[in-house]
Amino acid sequence: MKVGNVGAVRPAASAAVPSIPARFWQRVSFWVTLAVVALLGAVAIVSQRDTLREAMFTLLMFASLASSLNILLGYTGYVSFGHIVFFGLGGYSGFYFISKQGWSIYPSLIVGGLVASVIALLIGLSILRLRGAYFALATIGILEAARAFVANFGPFGGSTGLSINFSVYRQYGGPAQALWTSFYIMWVITFIVVIVSFYIKSSRFGLGLLSIREDEDAALVMGVNAPRWKTLAYVVSAFFPGVIGTLYFFKNGNVEPADAFRLQMSIETIVMVMLGGQGTVLGPILGAATYDRLRSYLLTSDLFKNLHLAVAGLALLLIVLFVPAGVVGWLRGRFAQLRRVLE
Amino acid sequence: MPAQVLTSVVDGLMLGFVYGVAAMGMTLIWGVMRVINLSHGPLIALGMFGTYFLFTGLGLNPYLGLLLIAVVGLVAGFVIYGVAVHRVINAPYLSSLLATFAVSMMIIGVGTAALSTSPFNVDFSLGSVAAGPLTIPGTRLMAAFAAVLVAGLLYLFLYRTKPGKAIRAVSNNRGAAELMGIPSSRVLALSFGIGTMLAGLAGGLIATFFPFTILSGETYQLKSFVIGVLGGLGNPIGALVGGLVLGLLEGIIPAFMPVSWVPVIEFALFVLVLLIRPTGLLGGRA
Amino acid sequence: MRKIAVLGLVLLVVSLTIVACGGAPAATQPGAAPAAGQAAAKTGGEKTVTIGFTTSQTGSANLESGRQTNGFKLWLDEINAKGGLKLADGTTLKFASKSYDDESKKDRVQELYTKLVNDDKADFLISPYSSGLADAVAVIAEQYGRVMITAGASSDSTHDKGYSLVYMSYTPASRYLTGALDLLAKLDPNAKKVAIINEKDKFSTDVVTAAKAYAEGKGYQIVTFEGYDTGATDFAPYINKIPAGVDAVIGGGHFADGSTFARQLLEKGIKAKFIALLVAPPEPKFAELGDAALGVIGPSQWEPLAKYSAEGAKAAGVEYYGPKLEDFVTEYKGKYTEEPSYHAAGGYAAGLLLQKAIETAGSTDTQKVKAALDKMDLMTFFGRTKFDTSEKTHGLQLGHDMVYIQWQKGADGKLTKQVVWPEAGKSASALYPAR
Repeated sequence: MKVGNVGAVRPAASAAVPSIPARFWQRVSFWVTLAVVALLGAVAIVSQRDTLREAMFTLLMFASLASSLNILLGYTGYVSFGHIVFFGLGGYSGFYFISKQGWSIYPSLIVGGLVASVIALLIGLSILRLRGAYFALATIGILEAARAFVANFGPFGGSTGLSINFSVYRQYGGPAQALWTSFYIMWVITFIVVIVSFYIKSSRFGLGLLSIREDEDAALVMGVNAPRWKTLAYVVSAFFPGVIGTLYFFKNGNVEPADAFRLQMSIETIVMVMLGGQGTVLGPILGAATYDRLRSYLLTSDLFKNLHLAVAGLALLLIVLFVPAGVVGWLRGRFAQLRRVLE
Repeated sequence: MPAQVLTSVVDGLMLGFVYGVAAMGMTLIWGVMRVINLSHGPLIALGMFGTYFLFTGLGLNPYLGLLLIAVVGLVAGFVIYGVAVHRVINAPYLSSLLATFAVSMMIIGVGTAALSTSPFNVDFSLGSVAAGPLTIPGTRLMAAFAAVLVAGLLYLFLYRTKPGKAIRAVSNNRGAAELMGIPSSRVLALSFGIGTMLAGLAGGLIATFFPFTILSGETYQLKSFVIGVLGGLGNPIGALVGGLVLGLLEGIIPAFMPVSWVPVIEFALFVLVLLIRPTGLLGGRA
Repeated sequence: MRKIAVLGLVLLVVSLTIVACGGAPAATQPGAAPAAGQAAAKTGGEKTVTIGFTTSQTGSANLESGRQTNGFKLWLDEINAKGGLKLADGTTLKFASKSYDDESKKDRVQELYTKLVNDDKADFLISPYSSGLADAVAVIAEQYGRVMITAGASSDSTHDKGYSLVYMSYTPASRYLTGALDLLAKLDPNAKKVAIINEKDKFSTDVVTAAKAYAEGKGYQIVTFEGYDTGATDFAPYINKIPAGVDAVIGGGHFADGSTFARQLLEKGIKAKFIALLVAPPEPKFAELGDAALGVIGPSQWEPLAKYSAEGAKAAGVEYYGPKLEDFVTEYKGKYTEEPSYHAAGGYAAGLLLQKAIETAGSTDTQKVKAALDKMDLMTFFGRTKFDTSEKTHGLQLGHDMVYIQWQKGADGKLTKQVVWPEAGKSASALYPAR
């Protein structure tokens, strides 16, 4: 009902807005987004319920995966269908150091992220020359090739993957505590992803990316070093999935190629970004939260248990057909004055 | 060893024909409307079930059943186009990708609920043809033959009939085609219908020799991408050649290394071709 | 300024809704749970014990998992129909179960088991089907301190990770095919060439790694060693790599791929004298393959033809517990109108072992039940059960043995399953050469 009010007074409001400096609005938007992330994490901590913590872990994981994908997809306009490859390769690398080299989780997280970034740099230098659907196809190819490769790669345990001995969790205060630690790390990662997303969007770099998204050729003419900037965007957006993969596999205690390189998961991340609104900072987070909760609810409800995928598919189709800009995009379009708040 | 390679290559080629049919539908839709149809895989799977139900339920010969599958596929394609694709045909291509992905989720969701994901088998055999070291199951020979037939008919349709020419015109330049008075919406719907029909036919053929579930289409969808790129995206006839190339690779590679390396090489090659020659090894659109 | 307040409110509502969705399932069932957890604390009266598990209603493991759940449900119905389990202190325990669909996928299974433990207050856990999933879930069982019986999962590697509450009811993977090689040695001392083609999952890899070492130790020559992906349907590339003059083909993985593999072996005219495949052959449905099933040997955890009995238990010097083998078979057939496979028997046995452990412990307390399981050494219709209690490989099954079946043509020309190994328990001599 409050939303109705906003709509009703729209003309008057947009006239009043310009008197407040844009920076202020940006800051509001920043804090609103952080507040959402904070709230999502805080519920689990306040309740101290394990189920809620697990649910929130999954939710935050998808929120940060979607947000980091958004840097490439939303800002730069390059649709990576195989972005989960960085989750897999980075995660595998980080997990390798925990499992085989006995490293602690913290340096391994960084290594996982860095490996993902380095691979993104190498891949990006070549495939970012492709535009549109050709790029999307190439990313699918890379994902499948990586999966098949890891399944044959001895040091990563081949097709049966890697696992860690349960005693490893002792150094984190026992298995139950390790789960909480994983959750806190996930929470922190989500904050960092959000902050980085904001920083990029409000920087010159971000502006350059947006110009590439709108018209890459024009951007080139205007002096944007498109090849370098989009590669950088690719590298940044690959870093976080690598970190998250390491954490996720650490929490699971094992990793196999089939879990690490799932095309389905990759596409679901895109769906989340679309659902919330691509190119906005808050959008992917809301999108991930909504999609993940919806799916999780359907999966455990007696009525929809067997049809959860179909229902989720129908929801997606309706969004694509009728609200293509996503929830946040729709709000921005519908209520002009929100544009300043919803970055 | 040479006998082994020969068997392997022949097996690969036989399968390559069917891959070709699967890829033709994908690449035709891409060529005409620039949509990567992510529901292609599940549609192939539905074709498999079509054969299963017609054969097991009605006792219909699988090859006669294909005719029915073709008709149903065509209609299903119209419906999918009208419901899911038409509205986003001019939107950024991410929209059409997601729209078709949504269709795929719905097919798989309903399919899983109705058909479970336990494998189904079409218990149909034509015996085997043996020649020297070769043993080829009859169903595969028939599938290869049917694939050639389908490709031939598609060629005749595209190059010798009016609607076919309209499809090629829209594929080349939709704007210009519209100016020439070609009703592009109808042509797009027709192309999507034919693409779906081809997916169904490929599935129907595969079902005669491999077991399948509602999820089985994904493999062929991925292979269709590879083949599409090898044969030139948008070139349906090239797809048949692309399918044969892929089949040949799948036959030769295992002679030199473990079979599990085949997908690594396949997809690496796919990315490489995209990079070096995005129009495909055989070039051009229909 | 008001607009911001409104927006803030909207976001808050959205976030809260999301959070509420996460919490909702727990909130709807507050009554049922606490009672069970404290069942042990009070004496007398009736308590309900909740057993949690997931089942693969969809996905590649759907058939085997379904059988396992059938078996478990049969046990559940029977114990409750008998009025529950009476403990020494006079408490009567009733059993309830809670399950979800894991889609044969690992990505949600951990969340589901966490939910089972915390929201549904499961006191005990049964593993999901297949080693990969069970391996992922073992972590949860340990993390939340619940005893878990693994059924339908037999990877040795699950038990070298320092777990203490996970108990394997099956014979471990490393012993699946070694017996088949013993059988081959007995049938044909001249057999030399063995081709191994297996699914590349945790379980099958554990099996063939052990089998390969065992075969090489016995002087066999491994002529093909290839792995295929889970869900494979085209085996021609692998079959083409089997050289002419091969004596034995062993491997496989699970039901779906194994039965297709057998079918294509026949289509491609492979003349192996000895074919032994994992998991698929013991399933009654395997007979639908017709000629492709003929002569195929399969390791089985249990068979309706097996001969475990109270007398046998006495001879071995251990206790016999639970229903007679024939009774289980009759009951199962009565309820599901099909022959029980070893997956079905495994599901029943998982419930039965848990029941015995609770009875011995006289309590549902995790530590007491764990102690009872550690000491357990008994015979049931499913065979012998004894767990490894060493710290390094705790919970590994030591007592249970495999039997080997072969599909043979009966006098009426119909395919029948015969136990062909071990020598002591066989119902027929092995057909050799198989083709």
